[in-house]
Amino acid sequence: MHSFLRAYPTESKLLAVLLILCAGLSAASPDFLTLVNFTSLLNNNAVNVIWAVGLLVVLIAGGIDISFAVAASVVQYLCVYAFAAIGGGNWAIGFLFAGGFGLALGLINAFLIHQFRIISIVVTISTFNAFFGLLMFFSSGRFLYNLPSWWSQRVILWEYQTANGTWAEVILPVAVMAVCMAATWVLIRRTTTGRQLYAFGDNPEGARRAGIPIGLMQAIAFGWCGMMAGIAGLMQSHITKEVVPNALVGRELEVLAAVVLGGARLGGGRGSVLGCFLGVLLVAVTQNGLNLLGVSPYAFKMVVGIIILLAISTSNLDPAKWFGKGGKA
Amino acid sequence: MTAVATAADALRFSGIAKIFGGVKALDDVSFTVGAGEVHCLAGENGCGKSTLIKIITGVYQPEPGARMEIFGQDYTQISPTQARKAGIAVIWQDLALFAEMTVAENIAFETMLGNRPRGVSYARLRSVAVAALARLDVDLDLDARLGTLPIAQRQIVAIARALVSDARLIFMDEPTASLTQSETDALLSVVRTLSARGVAVVFVSHRLAEVLDISSRVTVLRDGKVVGVFPTEGMTQSHLTELMTGTSFAHDVMARDPSGPDVLRVEGLTRAGEYDDISFTLREGEVLGLTGLIGAGRTELCHTLFGMTRADRGRITLNGQHLHFRSNRDAVAQGIAYVSEDRLALGLIQLQSIADNTVLSVLRQITGAGGLLSAQKKEATVSHWISELSVKIGKPADAVSTLSGGNQQRVVLAKWLATAPKVLLLDCPTVGVDVGARAGIFRIVRALAEKGLAILLVSDEVPEVYMNADRVLHMAAGRIIAEWDPRQTGLSEMEAAVYA
Amino acid sequence: MTDLYRRLSTAFGPEVPGLLGFLALVLVVFGLFAPNFLTGANFGSIAFQLPELGLLTLAMMMPIISGGFNLAIIYTANMAGLTLAFVLNQYGGVDAGLWPFILGTVLAIGVGALSGAVMGAVIAYIGAHPILVSLAMMIFLRGLGEFLTKGGDISGFPPWMATLGHGTVWGIPVPLILFLLCAVLWHILLNRTRHGFSVRMIGSNIRTAGYSGLHTKRTLILIYTLSGVMCAIAGILMLSRFNSVRVGHGEALLLVTVLACFLGGVDPFGGFGRVLPVVIALVVLQVLSSGLNLLGANQHLSTAVWGLFLVGVMILRWGAARLSERKKRS
Repeated sequence: MHSFLRAYPTESKLLAVLLILCAGLSAASPDFLTLVNFTSLLNNNAVNVIWAVGLLVVLIAGGIDISFAVAASVVQYLCVYAFAAIGGGNWAIGFLFAGGFGLALGLINAFLIHQFRIISIVVTISTFNAFFGLLMFFSSGRFLYNLPSWWSQRVILWEYQTANGTWAEVILPVAVMAVCMAATWVLIRRTTTGRQLYAFGDNPEGARRAGIPIGLMQAIAFGWCGMMAGIAGLMQSHITKEVVPNALVGRELEVLAAVVLGGARLGGGRGSVLGCFLGVLLVAVTQNGLNLLGVSPYAFKMVVGIIILLAISTSNLDPAKWFGKGGKA
Repeated sequence: MTAVATAADALRFSGIAKIFGGVKALDDVSFTVGAGEVHCLAGENGCGKSTLIKIITGVYQPEPGARMEIFGQDYTQISPTQARKAGIAVIWQDLALFAEMTVAENIAFETMLGNRPRGVSYARLRSVAVAALARLDVDLDLDARLGTLPIAQRQIVAIARALVSDARLIFMDEPTASLTQSETDALLSVVRTLSARGVAVVFVSHRLAEVLDISSRVTVLRDGKVVGVFPTEGMTQSHLTELMTGTSFAHDVMARDPSGPDVLRVEGLTRAGEYDDISFTLREGEVLGLTGLIGAGRTELCHTLFGMTRADRGRITLNGQHLHFRSNRDAVAQGIAYVSEDRLALGLIQLQSIADNTVLSVLRQITGAGGLLSAQKKEATVSHWISELSVKIGKPADAVSTLSGGNQQRVVLAKWLATAPKVLLLDCPTVGVDVGARAGIFRIVRALAEKGLAILLVSDEVPEVYMNADRVLHMAAGRIIAEWDPRQTGLSEMEAAVYA
Repeated sequence: MTDLYRRLSTAFGPEVPGLLGFLALVLVVFGLFAPNFLTGANFGSIAFQLPELGLLTLAMMMPIISGGFNLAIIYTANMAGLTLAFVLNQYGGVDAGLWPFILGTVLAIGVGALSGAVMGAVIAYIGAHPILVSLAMMIFLRGLGEFLTKGGDISGFPPWMATLGHGTVWGIPVPLILFLLCAVLWHILLNRTRHGFSVRMIGSNIRTAGYSGLHTKRTLILIYTLSGVMCAIAGILMLSRFNSVRVGHGEALLLVTVLACFLGGVDPFGGFGRVLPVVIALVVLQVLSSGLNLLGANQHLSTAVWGLFLVGVMILRWGAARLSERKKRS
């Protein structure tokens, strides 16, 4: 227990805040602490978590990516045409294509960043706009409804009828989310490549001297993020049963906020899958709580913004400094 | 003192030459290190030490005609991977460690390398780290984040990491630069352990105090040539400095009796963990030397005098006025200037122009009509100080990074002198300055004193304060334990006391 | 030709001749291929549209020079515009007089300044990363704006406000005059004041700046406050141009302001940047935009073009840096 607190300070704090929040909300609203509510929370945030673990890898490597939501939309579109071209497809092909297209988009970012020494915020602002502009231009903003049935048909993994007759169900995206989380965890905690990513984000010069291939690190980080984005797009269309080219744009910043809440930092070298999950959950529970309490949905973003500001402000504060020696520069 | 091994030498290099753009960085250099020996490679900045290291570790290739033998194996060319496989490791000053990873991960980092992804076993990682630390007879918290460790312990981690890659010869670049006395002792005991276990250690340094004690031989480089290889037994720091710089100290000390009133009075200044009960006075026109081993608390004292930290107890009085600083800006406003020992990071903004760096602290002075900066005043200030301090520059708009070390230091001085300080705190002002340029800096210092500036000259190098100060204070473990007059106490006596 | 290049270079900075050349190229290409390009109407429309982007670019420029970033500029601008809109609506909306306008303007600028000051304080005292802080503020302001407007437009303003957005003085559009005044002000701030000097020094090395006696915390707060004020001015202008305020108006401009800064020679790592090249870059971008428009390019295609353009500019900078390094070595 103590070693967990020590190794994961931010995650522990986050968990504590989350538990307090849940306790408060369950007292304030009878609908909060229900199975239906929890499963629906999971279902609705699976896509965000998939994005988050992709973005996490980029942040750990010391970069930032704001193009992944748009990339997801591009992948959705490409998938529709690809599946049509091969006459239907199935889930296996679906994941392959979605992951592959996403990976390719991520590698574009990695190439520009590494080859031309451009900082990642600038590259991903550019690709964000290039991807979105081209997508909207070529699609003319058209919605696509005719998804192959395997893609659009709801897959319920588990359902349970509660006492008052409502159904709590867990759908496919939650399982995919779990797999993505596990895969990311294995990558960053259990493979040497993942540890090299942490090292590279922590101290790029030190990593270079140790012989870590910089270009490969960028490729893996942004490639992974792109791949996750592609899978997230696949899941999102599965849920909504349609492809809307401008539906996803704008969600990247909230995902970024959640990942940062979860302990990753822009400077690299830090972050965990658990933190990501808790970060997304915290934002989701807050919005859910506000919803149940009858607060206007327009207030959600405001609250989220304040939470992030508070989180950023307090994560840098070191209580030790207040009680330490009289003010060192 | 370690025994000198001759039979199985770790390293035998001879005929090493390196030419950069027509300039001979190294000229017929021979370098030999015995197995398990603690050796010192000494020389001023620019003497070729780093070039030699980079050749040994395969970063550069020597000119044809070199003979290179590592652990009995001959090489005509060395690649970095070969050097590492041959058992050579370098610990550069910035350590190249990973602050967010644990101690264990940092030590065993070697096991994480390789392009093919492999599974990580934290248990194996731990055992590798434990074994490495055991070889050093050191105990560290394996789960601590490296960034939370003080520099001294991080150095140990760096050494442990080198051992994990089976290093049999470790170069350490300026290892004692930021350590306290006890930390330095700890490091040196680790080095002794390494040596006893057959790992050779080469200290690369131009600050020699503790290093002389622990090494058995010293190779002195000057201007790319080997001056000689000497046993350290009986070698004094001043003799070594003479060999490194090629000049001798056979002239009179500069000490005089300044006749001015007291400018700065420090009474009973204490700050827990840094310095204790410091009292001294500094007179107008006086150069007061402050020396001692690294970690004695000299820089920490300077930081308090400059307003960057606050003492727990004690008083600082400037011209009779009790001082209360809330920040270094107050100190500057009151007339205290501080030339930091870390010129690159704290003294100058390397990418900005010489002119901008010069006026960095005196923006109010160059403000003209309407609260706007006056280009004429700025130009006047800049050219005044450039000529006053004889700074050799191209154009004032050039980036300050284009200047040599000595000229950069003059710009730093210009910046501070422009504030018309009453007290000038100089912290190791000649670090990174070539030998020839040092005399020029001290001439400036003396001229400033003659004009009435009160100067505190802090330096590691006892000869420097001996030659240039009117009085010398010896600080050790946070306390002032001796005061000397260079006209009455000889250099060797001072050195003996400081390195005791 | 090279003499002219050299003279322009020394007088105005090394980026200017290249930018002017590029501008000339763009004018020629679109002049040949785009219908109605070289017309008074087109240039008039460019002159009216440029200031909105220009003011926002000025707002983005100062944080970048200080080594930071301000992702919140669009929403700060719109928040300020909303403030003015609320005040005007309180006092009669379409029938509002001059005093409510003045009051509203003052409050709007105050709102911009306040949001900037909060960001600056968090960056200065807590040491948080500017991208994250401005991101949080951006999310917050967006939320606040959506909450206050329920996602819709606010309109119904006095018709005399159109002078600000659409009027001309001696043939020069009022917005352009406003922008040029602000640009001159920014130039003076950055080049001739202690604050501007500190901005550049902090951008290059904040620690040394602090050691040398510059008031880094105060400067940081002032940077983002001024940025917020400039956003507010942009917001007021947008209100008068479109006669309505929407919280998300101009979202796409964020990228273009960054593009204008880098195209105008601002160093992405901080420490260096001048107003004149950025203004020329803005002209180039606005001309490009109008040219593309006249060629019938879809608005989305333009967005994509901006993205590709930014990458292109960065690649060119990389290429130029490599070339100069090679020249130095030989």
